[in-house]
Formats: sequence, structure tokens, C-alpha cells
Amino acid sequence: MHTSPAPALQSAPASAERAARESYGRLVAWLAYQWRDVAAAQDAMGEALAKALALWPVQGVPGNPDAWLLSVAKRELLQAARSQRQRASPEVQALLTDEAFYEDAPAVPDARLKLLFVCAHPAIDASIRPALMLQTVLGLDAQVVAQAMLTSPSAMAQRLVRAKQKIRDARLRFEEPDADELPARLHAVLEAIYAAYGLGWDAVDGGDETDGQFCGLRSEALFLGALVSHLLPDAPEAMGLLALMLFCESRVNARYTSTGDFVPLAEQDTQLWDANAIRQAEALLHRAAQKNNTGPFQLEAAIQSAHCQRFYNANTPWHGIVQLYENLLQLAPNVGAQVAHAVACAQVGDLAKAHSLLSQIDPQRIKSYQAYWVAKAYIEQKLGDKDQHAASIHIAIGLTSTPAIRKYLLHTISV
Amino acid sequence: MQYMLMFYNTLENQTPPTDPVKMQAYFGAWGAYMGAMKSAGVMLNGDGLQAPSTATTLRVRDGKRQVQDGPFADSKEQLGGYFVINVPTLDDALEWAARSPTAPTGAIEVRPVIVM
Repeated sequence: MHTSPAPALQSAPASAERAARESYGRLVAWLAYQWRDVAAAQDAMGEALAKALALWPVQGVPGNPDAWLLSVAKRELLQAARSQRQRASPEVQALLTDEAFYEDAPAVPDARLKLLFVCAHPAIDASIRPALMLQTVLGLDAQVVAQAMLTSPSAMAQRLVRAKQKIRDARLRFEEPDADELPARLHAVLEAIYAAYGLGWDAVDGGDETDGQFCGLRSEALFLGALVSHLLPDAPEAMGLLALMLFCESRVNARYTSTGDFVPLAEQDTQLWDANAIRQAEALLHRAAQKNNTGPFQLEAAIQSAHCQRFYNANTPWHGIVQLYENLLQLAPNVGAQVAHAVACAQVGDLAKAHSLLSQIDPQRIKSYQAYWVAKAYIEQKLGDKDQHAASIHIAIGLTSTPAIRKYLLHTISV
Repeated sequence: MQYMLMFYNTLENQTPPTDPVKMQAYFGAWGAYMGAMKSAGVMLNGDGLQAPSTATTLRVRDGKRQVQDGPFADSKEQLGGYFVINVPTLDDALEWAARSPTAPTGAIEVRPVIVM
């Protein structure tokens, strides 16, 4: 039962750690599902793991490690419940009647999808969902997530505790959503995974690559993305998200030179792109398209696929990209796509349209949105509007938090 | 699990209309909603409240009563009524909240009840 959910994971380096993560996630999810209490399930599993680490080196690894861990964790849960006099609660009774279940159970039912849906529940604040998923489903140290999100570990721990208390006390439903709710609920799960992936990218741009710790968030997010598309094999958006992340992943080594200088997408050496990741992403996107049910993540992946075409024939199909952004904006309007749409229009030579698209964006939304000012400066430069260009590029530089990108933008004005 | 559904809306939207046809529609919608909750066996209790202008707010500070005309919070949307329902999960409570006649214009706060 330790097969990896998708090919994307097989290339992961630390396979032993992966197996442990996989095991931990499944066991905690199952316990949390039975107990309706994420924090208590995590505590019990933590105790069980500690006992395993003490006993297994001496007594040997049991034949069915998962069953062993579960029955110890279950005993921990029951003990805690007894001491809190919750014995009469239906959850405790359910576990007691299930007493014999784990001892020779060959496989633990996979409740991780239920747990992911709970973590990305609309009643949970959207900004904590990525961290909650990484911590509960993968057992990731909250401190790592805290540093990546630029908050203090104690503040992050507090927010995680609050979220788990809400799941328990307000009693969020631990089931997969009904069919009519599924698309919206799945989108929330996928968005949280993509946000976790984005945190990993911020680390790349922040020059933390050598640290490796935050960049690990990228592979954790890829793992979750692969897990969801494995557990929901008929959901094209889940495949779309995984494809999107793999396309981005394929170009990570080309984003900076060996001396740490930023290389914009158009100037990247395609020899540095990861052919294997691109092929996997293309295959996923193709499979998703066959479901005939398009969505924002499939469209975003298709845009990245178009950008990756340069890998094969040295061309970027900008007209196709303009069209894809138009479809995306109809389906899921957002400022990032509006800005990228304008840039794509400029690339096909329609500068007037590009300029007017930018001016249609709500000024409140772009005041501190760096990508908007970079795009505006770029289009004004193409229009030959030197004064406006100078003003915009200075705002863009002022809004840039990444040293390498600041250096790059400063370089463009000195040329 | 018990949840309180608290219905917030503007004065304009929570005042029953005086026009007879509209009034019938207004009370018809609330009556149907409460009927559905009763027949589903989830309704425990609840009431509509009189207008926020009838509210009086009291505090005792340093042993002295401070009585103030009007509701506690001076906001555009005010509490207009509440129900306590008994359903298994928050998701079920949210579904009932979404069915209320006030959902399209107002807001419903859903809070688990501490059962003693």
C-alpha cells in the first residue's frame, strides 16, 4: 500500500522520507476522520511514532507497521478521552467497537482527501489553508511554513491551533462534498496547494535556494497535487494544477544564472529546461482535456504549455496565449491574468489594446502590485513613451522585494 | 450539535413590507422556511425581533448603570432574528442558513451553541 500516487513523485530524491510522510498522512487522516479532531489525531500519532522509534530498533519492525502505529495511536486517543471523561461520546464508542479492526487490517482506508477538503473548507480562513494542509496531511513542521510565509513560528502555530479548534468545535463535515458542491470545494483545495507551491517559488526568488528548506515546499505542493489527482482521477482541474506546477518546475533551473542573475522567461536557455517534467505535464494536460470540462487551472497550464513550446521549435505562440488569457478571464477574472493578458497583446503587436487593457484595471487593486508596473513600463517603452516609462519602471523597482529582480530592472534602465 | 443562526440585514430589508401583496410574500417565505426546518426535525427554537430602534443597551460600570438608546453595535446591518437548530455538522447548518429568505440580501452568522 505504499505505491506513489503519481509519476511526478517517483523522481523525488528522499524516497524513504516520502514513504514516512505518505504513511503519516494516511494514518493521521484516518484517525482525524474517525475522531473528528485533527489536533488530537496528530498528538496521538506523534506518541505512536515516538514509541515506534524506541521499540522497533530493539524488537524489530512489526509485520504491519501501519496497523501497529494505528492501534498504539488509537490507545493514546482513548486514554486521553477517558481522562477527559468523554467516554460516552459516539466517537469513542465507534473506536471501542472497532477495537479488533486494526490488528490484522491489511490496509488503512485513505481519508486524506476528506482531510484536504476539511483543511480547505470555506469556514477556514483562506490564508491559513496551505499551512494547515502541509502540516496535517504531510506532517510538515509548522516552523518551515511560518518562515516561508514571513510570520513568526509562534504566530503561525497559534493560527494553526485556532483552525484545528474550529474544525473540532464548530464540527466541520469530514466527508467529500456532494457532487453539486464538488467543483467549488475542489477549487479551494487546489488553490491552497497552488499557494503552497507559490511559497516555494518565493523562496527561489528570495535567493533561499541554497537553504533548500523552503524550496522543499515546492515538492511538498507537487506531492499534494499528485495526491489529489490520484484520489480524484476523474477531476480534470486536479490534473490541470499538477500540469501547471510541473510546467513551472521544468523552468526553475533557467530562472537564474550561475552567478544569481535573474533571467526573464523570453531569454531563458531552453537547454536548461527539464524535458521530463515538460513531457509529464503535457501528458497530464492532454488527459485533462479529454474530460471536456475546462477550468482555470487547465487554462493556466495550457498557457504555461504554450510558453514551453519554445523548447521544441524556438517560437512562442503569442496569439494562442492571448486567446487562452481571454478564456481564463471569462472563467476566473483576476488581476494577475488581466496584466498578463495585456502583455500578451503587446507581444502580438496590439499595443493600443494592451495599453487600454491595463488602464481598465481597478486602480485600487494595482497600487502595490509589482507585476502591473513592470507590464505598464514594458508597454510604454514599446509605445515610445519615455517619460511614462521612466515613471512606471521606478514604481516597479520600488515595489520589488527580490534583490535579483531589482538588479535586473535597474539594469534595464541603465542600458 | 446545536447551532444558532443569527440573521443580520439592513433595516430596509428586515422590516416587513406594508404593501399587502409584498407582506404576504414576506411572511409566506419565512413561514415556509420555518415549516421546512420543523418538518426536517432540526428546529429547536427561535424568534424574529422587533426593529433595532426598539433596542436598549445596558452596561454596569463602577456599579452604575449606563443605559443607552439603540442597539449594541452602530452598524448598517442589524440582528433581525435567530433560530437554534440541531444538525450534525457546520456544513448542514450553513445549508439551512443559505435557505433563509434573508440570505440573498443580508448575512447569517452561524455559531455552535454551548450545550450545558
